Amino acid sequence: MKENKTSIFNKMNDTNLLLAITIVIFFLMYIGAVLFQGGGFSKPQMFFNILNANAALIITACGMSIVMISGGIDISVGGVVALVSMCCAVYLDKTESPNLLVSVLIAIGIGLAYGLVQGFLVAVLDIQPFIVSLAGMFFARGMTTIVNTAPFNVENQDFVALKDTRVNVPFLGSYNKKGIYVPAYIEIGVIVALLVVILLFVVLRWTKLGRSFYAVGGNKQSALMMGINVRRTKFLSHLICSTLAGIGGYVYFLHVGSGSASHAMGMEMNAIASSIIGGTLLTGGVGNIIGTFFGVLSLSTIQNIVASAGLDEAWWTGITIAAMLCLFLLIQSVVMAQKKKAIKA
Amino acid sequence: MNETTLLKMRGIDKSFPGVRALQQVDFTLNKGEIHALMGENGAGKSTLIKVLTGVYPKDAGTIELEGEGEVSIHSPQDAQNLGISTVYQEITLCPNLTVAENMFIGRGKGAFTNWKEMNADADKLLQSLDIPARATQQLSNCSIAVQQMVAIARAVDMDCKVLILDEPTSSLDEQEVEKLFGLMRDLKAMGVGIIFVTHFLDQVYEVCDKITVLRDGQLVGEYEIKDLPRVQLVAKMLGKEMDDLSDIKGESDEYKGNDAGEIVFEAEGLVSDAGIKPFDFHIRKGEVNGFTGLLGSGRSECVRAIFGADRVLGGKVKVHGKEVKINKPIDAMKNGIAYLPEDRKVDGIIGDLSVRDNIILALQVMKGFFKPFTKAQAKAFADEYIEKLNIKTASADKPIKALSGGNQQKVILARWLLMHPEYLILDEPTRGIDVGTKVAIQKLVLELASQGMSVTFISSETDEMLRTCSRLVVMRDRKVVGELSGDDLTQNKIMATIAGGE
Repeated sequence: MKENKTSIFNKMNDTNLLLAITIVIFFLMYIGAVLFQGGGFSKPQMFFNILNANAALIITACGMSIVMISGGIDISVGGVVALVSMCCAVYLDKTESPNLLVSVLIAIGIGLAYGLVQGFLVAVLDIQPFIVSLAGMFFARGMTTIVNTAPFNVENQDFVALKDTRVNVPFLGSYNKKGIYVPAYIEIGVIVALLVVILLFVVLRWTKLGRSFYAVGGNKQSALMMGINVRRTKFLSHLICSTLAGIGGYVYFLHVGSGSASHAMGMEMNAIASSIIGGTLLTGGVGNIIGTFFGVLSLSTIQNIVASAGLDEAWWTGITIAAMLCLFLLIQSVVMAQKKKAIKA
Repeated sequence: MNETTLLKMRGIDKSFPGVRALQQVDFTLNKGEIHALMGENGAGKSTLIKVLTGVYPKDAGTIELEGEGEVSIHSPQDAQNLGISTVYQEITLCPNLTVAENMFIGRGKGAFTNWKEMNADADKLLQSLDIPARATQQLSNCSIAVQQMVAIARAVDMDCKVLILDEPTSSLDEQEVEKLFGLMRDLKAMGVGIIFVTHFLDQVYEVCDKITVLRDGQLVGEYEIKDLPRVQLVAKMLGKEMDDLSDIKGESDEYKGNDAGEIVFEAEGLVSDAGIKPFDFHIRKGEVNGFTGLLGSGRSECVRAIFGADRVLGGKVKVHGKEVKINKPIDAMKNGIAYLPEDRKVDGIIGDLSVRDNIILALQVMKGFFKPFTKAQAKAFADEYIEKLNIKTASADKPIKALSGGNQQKVILARWLLMHPEYLILDEPTRGIDVGTKVAIQKLVLELASQGMSVTFISSETDEMLRTCSRLVVMRDRKVVGELSGDDLTQNKIMATIAGGE
């Protein structure tokens, strides 16, 4: 048994090991929810609803993972999401003959601009990413209020049509009380999120840029000595993260259909938590996009379990998430310690 | 340029503000040669290497490479492109990536990573160099020696003609060193020129063909290994000719208490995790003794083990004949042992605290943090020692970082003297301070001993040790290789013992 363990540890690198832990825990948790809570969880649509509600978080968390793998952090993403929703809402509702495509470009543009500025400050001027994105967060929240103070719903018809577009998932529907077949569905945002996950997975795994993120996060000095352009790598990590925050902002906007200065409060923290649950190390160099995806799912599944258990108050959710984060980190550190032991032996 | 000459550095000059680090240094490397670059600390070895690898620009001189003629190297990247690769003491690879990635990242064209091809190439190279690692292994899963070899493999694969190994063996055990030497010999057979920087004499005589010795930024000479016996090498590194006798044993009163000669501290088979071999050691009441040896021979590691500053792995320790456990510095302090560390910036001073707080720090720890001294007490303690040791500071409230190096050293000394230790360990107390303070500290050591304190004194300058110590423990390659006292305390004897072997 012990020998067997050693060989598994030796075969897997840190990233894959943490990913495996995340996926196993997610499935255990979900199966547990199905068995003990029954009701909603036994229907596939419950799962898709989790996806629908969290598509934006998946996208921003993926960006966050990239920055964290490179050894940085970006706490401005929640602010960017709010700013994007507000700007797009104002554009679609308060200008003459708005165009949906332009609103998408606005979202991506805001993200890009954020990435350029923050990436420049972090990579070229060598300012701590935490400080830079803290300033970015305050700036985004402030700007959102300046653009429009009061929250409001968007009634533009094209937009509402897009917002209500449902993509049916074959085979996984269910019958309602009257015996009518109700197909399972996902929203447009989920498709965007899945595309982002796949794209980033490929980038991290098979491109030189992706591997540079790991190298820089693993050891900046060594990466430099091995001929990697560390500044460029850091810059691009922030550019990708902020741009994804812009796209995530639009997906968020598409889900809620309104602009508000209080949108996506604390989303950056959820993104960080998801990345960590997904096996990304805060110290950099280790992480996986698939893990982040499952991290988001785990986080929101636990929220749903708490809610359907009737413990609806916000503080219950907070406490459970805190407990779960601790649990994940504990398991991660225990497994990593075991691995070190196994290698030494 | 000769046909077999690979690298020719001529008349290299390099100055830093206040220091002439290199003066007219020549260095020549041939194809298929392992060439040791030797010298004590500050001799200019690393400066020469950094000039060669483009980390520092040179002030004057020429560098010629085979096939390239005279070259100018402005960055490590330039050096690499010219086929000069360096493997440093600390491993400059990414522990979180695979072995193959570490060999190939940052090289080649195209945006994508072809794992299959990369792993195959890596495995081929690992096999040809006989490195026991798989391409897909995560680097941190490999032993340090293998990691070091992967770094070398990376360098070799980049068509390197000149391979610089900067103290690659300092964190390896004997078997690992053997493996590394095997690899070096293979490379040598392939015609690579290797510059090997190390502090280990045995290793030099095992693998090297030639030795270039530097001292104080100047070239002492280039020698064939067979023409330079160890004693000569040590003499050349230290800058003392064998017959240059300097018997200047200090005149001082010996301690004459009733308990003179009693063994204060005794260690048997003491060993720590810092890589020293188990050693025996004792010190008597009122005695001044010392550890000597070349830099990196394990002098500091020994006293750190005595004080519990490194993790003690085994051995018996007795204080006044009674067996005690010393696992942490506080255990040693409770047994009346005080230690003044080698690097005061890292281990000693707390820069932003005042001189007074720095002085009373250790005593406060002994007393417990929840029983603070009154202001008046602290002031009395501080003032007493500021006067006693003649510490030059505007006031006891000044932050210690505002003081000169010599005065900082005195503050730390005051900290330990305040505890009235029975046994005081001074590790390089005179490094980097002016001559006047050096003499003052040496005098103080002898004075303390005459009052009954036992002192262990370590210094890179043999003169100083001879002047203060009545017994010297000699170390080589992390082993105690001899003990000298009485008439044997001469430069010649010390050098002969350090050189050992033949």
